Amino acid sequence: MTDRATGTMSTSDQTVARSRRLRTAFAALGMLPVLVLLAAGFQFLNPRFLTETNLLIVTQQSSINIVLAAGMTFVILTGGIDLSVGAILAASAMVAVIVSLVPDWGMLGVPAAILVGLGFGLINGLLVAYIKLPPFIVTLGSLTAVRGVARLLGQDTTVFNSDLPFDFIGNGSLFGIPWLVIIALAVVVLSWLVLKRTVLGTWIYAVGGNAEAARLTGIKVPLVLLFVYGVSGLLAGLGGAMSAARLYAANGLQLGQSYELDAIAAVILGGTSFVGGVGSIWGTLIGGLIIAVLSNGLILAGVSDIWQYIIKGLVIIVAVALDRYRLQAGART
Amino acid sequence: MTVAASIETARQPVLEMRHISKTFGAIRALQDVSLTVHAGELHALMGENGAGKSTLMKVLSGAYRPDPGGEILIDGAPSVTGNPVKARAQGIAVIYQELSLAPNLTVAQNIFLGNEPRRFGVVDRDQCNRRAKEIITRLGVSFSARALVSSLSLGERQLVEIARALSTNARIIVMDEPTTSLTSRETDRLFEVIATLKSQGIAIIYISHRMEEVYQLADRVSVLRDSGYVGTLDRADLNASRLVSMMVGRDLSAFYKKDHRPPDAKRAVALSVRGMSDGKLLKDCSFDLHKGEVLALAGLVGSGRTELARLIFGADRHTSGTLELDGKPVTIGSPREALDAGIAYLTEDRKELGLFLDMSISDNISMGVLARDARAGGFRDFTAAEKRAAKSVSDLSIRTSSVAANAGSLSGGNQQKVLLARLLETEPRVLILDEPTRGVDVGAKSEIYRLIDNLANRGIAILMISSELPEVIGVADRVLVMRDGAISGEVTASEGEPLSQEKIMELATGAAKG
Repeated sequence: MTDRATGTMSTSDQTVARSRRLRTAFAALGMLPVLVLLAAGFQFLNPRFLTETNLLIVTQQSSINIVLAAGMTFVILTGGIDLSVGAILAASAMVAVIVSLVPDWGMLGVPAAILVGLGFGLINGLLVAYIKLPPFIVTLGSLTAVRGVARLLGQDTTVFNSDLPFDFIGNGSLFGIPWLVIIALAVVVLSWLVLKRTVLGTWIYAVGGNAEAARLTGIKVPLVLLFVYGVSGLLAGLGGAMSAARLYAANGLQLGQSYELDAIAAVILGGTSFVGGVGSIWGTLIGGLIIAVLSNGLILAGVSDIWQYIIKGLVIIVAVALDRYRLQAGART
Repeated sequence: MTVAASIETARQPVLEMRHISKTFGAIRALQDVSLTVHAGELHALMGENGAGKSTLMKVLSGAYRPDPGGEILIDGAPSVTGNPVKARAQGIAVIYQELSLAPNLTVAQNIFLGNEPRRFGVVDRDQCNRRAKEIITRLGVSFSARALVSSLSLGERQLVEIARALSTNARIIVMDEPTTSLTSRETDRLFEVIATLKSQGIAIIYISHRMEEVYQLADRVSVLRDSGYVGTLDRADLNASRLVSMMVGRDLSAFYKKDHRPPDAKRAVALSVRGMSDGKLLKDCSFDLHKGEVLALAGLVGSGRTELARLIFGADRHTSGTLELDGKPVTIGSPREALDAGIAYLTEDRKELGLFLDMSISDNISMGVLARDARAGGFRDFTAAEKRAAKSVSDLSIRTSSVAANAGSLSGGNQQKVLLARLLETEPRVLILDEPTRGVDVGAKSEIYRLIDNLANRGIAILMISSELPEVIGVADRVLVMRDGAISGEVTASEGEPLSQEKIMELATGAAKG
């Protein structure tokens, strides 16, 4: 409109813009060096670490957590939290095994598990989006309630199916790559597509960045919230099917205990901000791998079970500290 | 409030900043800036956003160390630079726009936060309260030292910040846009406090974009532009056009520009509001907004202007009232429905309610039309978004290195333009602008006025809320005045006379029935 020649952009603006770009890059890639360093360190402690067999084990072990963490990424990007994924995973796994016992229709165990997960997720979403309850409270409640449902489904016993029709998911491979890994990668790629390439994905970031501004921009915030909790539940359901396929069994009480914490840790380690609006699914993938490498490497290094807990916990705290540091560094002028 | 300080220049200044430069890498944020401030003086510091005011104040407060060659003298003695603790000990206090109080603590606790008077190693509450009371009395304000900060208004909280500065025996207080979020009554009280501080010999460096305030308060005004020092005016030499031209580096005689013809009665009504109430503040508000008209909604802060705008836009629920767009009744229950109908609303609080600071400028501009631009399957059309962004950047002269930069990296004026661009992309027929130039520098202000003018010429109906009367009179064709949640009257420019500032004030304050 005008052709004002003076200072096309103020110098302080430029510094801010540059440091902001650096910070974004730091957030996206920040944890990759940590993963590499951890791997190198464990290799040094035990040369068996970087073998093909062991790396397959690591990725396989991380796959279910990565699937849960992908769903958790959606939720945390909106500034929410989903504490119920471990419980939903247990209930879905129970359903998967129970349905797999139906003669001739056993394959339906997988879609049944996914649908159950989706159902629970949508209930969370409805309560958060339309009744406007705090996500922490809602999913804390459903963590307990759904755990109860999971126990109820098997009359509080373990259900087995040694002839599981979809056991290839948990134990088979395609061209040498375990199906669990393929599924986890597919989930990550699909999540990336949704988050970065669709309108809905941009809305998710917008809602997390500034929910009221999103509403005033015409974004249907409740629908976006319903979607993210639905996705988290659905992926927890998928995780349930994967878990059942791996174990040929499910137990409503024990399965998936504190999985939500690993998922949250993976998301936060991956650089997604706890207050929403900033983060990426690739970060979550790296975060999930760090947790798996840590568990596996500590075992190979001969660290006791008890110390594994302590070290993993400390890693989560350090991750949150990093999140805090990044927020402070990003404080707006 | 005297001009004594400006006359007594022979006296030793309390603060001298000499040849201050500051570079960040290759970027020069300050270039050879000098500033002299005397005790008991209010020295206004003006300049567009990004001119270097904040950097200079950060050098003063010790947050930044100036480049070699620059020095800061306090009472004529060179002081240590780049050390916030030393700076505070030497009597420098900065009161920032974003207040930094703990809302759940009392006034006294906040005043002495981190600096509590102690007895036997524990906080001496009695002494704390007593000394806080002394300081509050010294400021001449009314709230109790034991009141919780959360119970205070924004203006009162600011006074607590000032009290905190006094508790550390500050002699130079920097105030950065202190009135931005204050009501006019609170502003008056702040000014009284400022007068008290001056009479006690405290020097005040006052950063503000508001000319009226600077006229009212300043003993001297220094202007920065493009990281450099432009000049200092004494109170006697203050004059608006000179000040503005110093700030922007050119003459802005046509600061307010009203090219479009005032609407005649024959113009079609774009938006007709009838009997709007919200069951709380707003009572039975009715008015017509014509195509191509700029209608200002004036009134005091708290008179219900923003509330009315939000009702029309569907951001809040109305209890009664109807809307007609282009003569057809419409029901609007949400911002989405308002945007679909062609009504767009620019919020008064762009950071809290408007922008997505962590998202790109491009995304911010396209946010309202993502669904419209989408490819099959809900996929984003990034080319369309970039085209929109590029067009907006050139149409509104948004100054940025790249549309991929985060909106948070922009200065206030450019952020406001990004927000305006987002609204314009929705192709509104009715545009509601709530304080469109709040916190925006002079250059961007005049650009926004020109934009408003152009939009009106294109036939868009514009409802503009503004607290700045010169702006209302300079930009609007017609003025509605609100008071206590109702429309108290209308001021027009008919009879060959311009809009009357006095009439608007009378209607706004209830001094006369219009």
